[in-house]
Amino acid sequence: MYTGKIRQILLITDGCSNQGEDPIAIAALAREQGVTVNVIGVMEQDVIDEKGMTEIEGIAMSGGGVSQIVYAQQLSQTVQMVTRKAMNQTIQGVVNRELQQILGRSKTMEDLPPEKRGEVMEVVDELGETVELEVLILVDTSASMKHKLPTVKEALFDLSLSLNARTGENQFSVYVFPGKRNDVEKLLDWTPNLQNLTSVFSKLSTGGITPTGPALRTAVSSFNQKPSLRSLLASDDESYLEDSV
Amino acid sequence: MMMNHTWKTQYRISPGTVIKGKWHSKQYVILKELGFGANGVVYLAKYNDTQIALKMSDNSMSITSEVNVLKSFAKVQGPPTLGPSLFDVDDWHSSYGRLSYYAMEYIHGPDLLAFIQKKGKAWVPVLFLQLLSDLDKLHENGWVFGDLKPENLIVTGPPPTIRCIDVGGTTIQGRAIKEFTEFYDRGYWGLGSRKADRGYDLFAVAMMMINTAYPQRLTKTTGGLTQLKEAIRQKPELKRFEKVILKALQGHYQTAGQMRVDLLSAMSDQKNSHNSTKTAGVSTAGSKRPAMQQAAGGGPMSRQQYRKKKKKSGWMEFFFIGVVLCVLYSMYIFLKLL
Repeated sequence: MYTGKIRQILLITDGCSNQGEDPIAIAALAREQGVTVNVIGVMEQDVIDEKGMTEIEGIAMSGGGVSQIVYAQQLSQTVQMVTRKAMNQTIQGVVNRELQQILGRSKTMEDLPPEKRGEVMEVVDELGETVELEVLILVDTSASMKHKLPTVKEALFDLSLSLNARTGENQFSVYVFPGKRNDVEKLLDWTPNLQNLTSVFSKLSTGGITPTGPALRTAVSSFNQKPSLRSLLASDDESYLEDSV
Repeated sequence: MMMNHTWKTQYRISPGTVIKGKWHSKQYVILKELGFGANGVVYLAKYNDTQIALKMSDNSMSITSEVNVLKSFAKVQGPPTLGPSLFDVDDWHSSYGRLSYYAMEYIHGPDLLAFIQKKGKAWVPVLFLQLLSDLDKLHENGWVFGDLKPENLIVTGPPPTIRCIDVGGTTIQGRAIKEFTEFYDRGYWGLGSRKADRGYDLFAVAMMMINTAYPQRLTKTTGGLTQLKEAIRQKPELKRFEKVILKALQGHYQTAGQMRVDLLSAMSDQKNSHNSTKTAGVSTAGSKRPAMQQAAGGGPMSRQQYRKKKKKSGWMEFFFIGVVLCVLYSMYIFLKLL
């Protein structure tokens, strides 16, 4: 049975990066290292501009993850849904690869008759319940995000509530960007419980720069600092790229 | 929930479209769209002159997962009260690409809140009693419904019978809840985890009862039990069932059956107290009766109070007698001395 970990970066932002490397390239790099990148774009009454939207979709696409644009009020439900959906995608990718090894050629779950799919789905469900999950949350704290931060915090509490209901273990870590001194700052080291997020969080606010690319790079390297099993997800297949848009 | 604005417009199957299955080659004619949820669109369709509901999605995983649930419901003995019965599962090669679907029994009728609005509040306890006995069966078979909300409950009939549709959130007990709606979610109100257990569904039932008195759904302010308690107290139709609702909100029920029994007895208590107040009003002469009823009506709580009172008055009596004896004795001694 599959014993790897599922690693995700969850980027919560409200617009376009304006400093440093191209975040889409870094997301692709993350994917090469077995880390999925999901993006949630938080908007208010106003709509996120075209450029920001394209970037959000681009990051998720090249990061092999899911993207979603939401109003701040819907954030809680979205955060847990996006995380879960991305997790299922990764698991399905793994299961599909196993199937290919058994059935040969380019068979995926969809090529099985509906009667057989049920059994495969039970395996996917089982894995979703028990697999170890590591989520690094990367929050944009540029000036325009300031008054959305209390909602973000609530959404993160809600996320840990949802994921900790699973049997499998979870590890969370929270980074914010831009940081006080650097491009990105660690707020919470790997922990199984997001409730440890302090009240400082909602008061954070910094300048107008949005160094999404460098922040993502730091986030990816933080996974590698942890001693862990070699990820089985390094060789992602194409099958779930099409779902991710 | 309804945040997938994008894909909703991706495929829209117009009425009259013929759908032919890839594997079982059954043919369906689409009649109209019934609704859409997080995981797909439900259509009303025709198969050889019988109307069926067709759930379609580009995500074959979620379709398969729901089919698994419906199949396991089919194994349960007795009339199919839990979910719709399943007819067919298949894929369809459309102009939008491959779509997966399943065909199921078409459950026709208004949803829970619409029915209550039309037929009156008298139906509330009846429908909830029905729901609780259905849930009890579901729980007995190792499942938790999960995303329990009025939109997922249809009142069909006659006679009016409550049925669950959309089994997308149905989860095996002990796992994490797959799908939920904030207002009916235990975690959202800070009153428990999102682990699929019986109490999770019963919490949602209690929230739906509150929902019947507040069709607009309360907005969470302070959250927690205090806000909900306050909301219950403000509506007389909820206050009747306050004990049952609060017990369910706090997760004190082990089974849906227990909650059902309590709901039933809350209803009969209600009737009794109605009668008693009436008789008390009529027979003004019988002054003893209402007093007795009051003592009896308080239930197990008041019995203890009664005992305490008795104990207290016992002490008073003892003290009083003691004082009297002391006075008499001192008088006796005083008289002897003189």
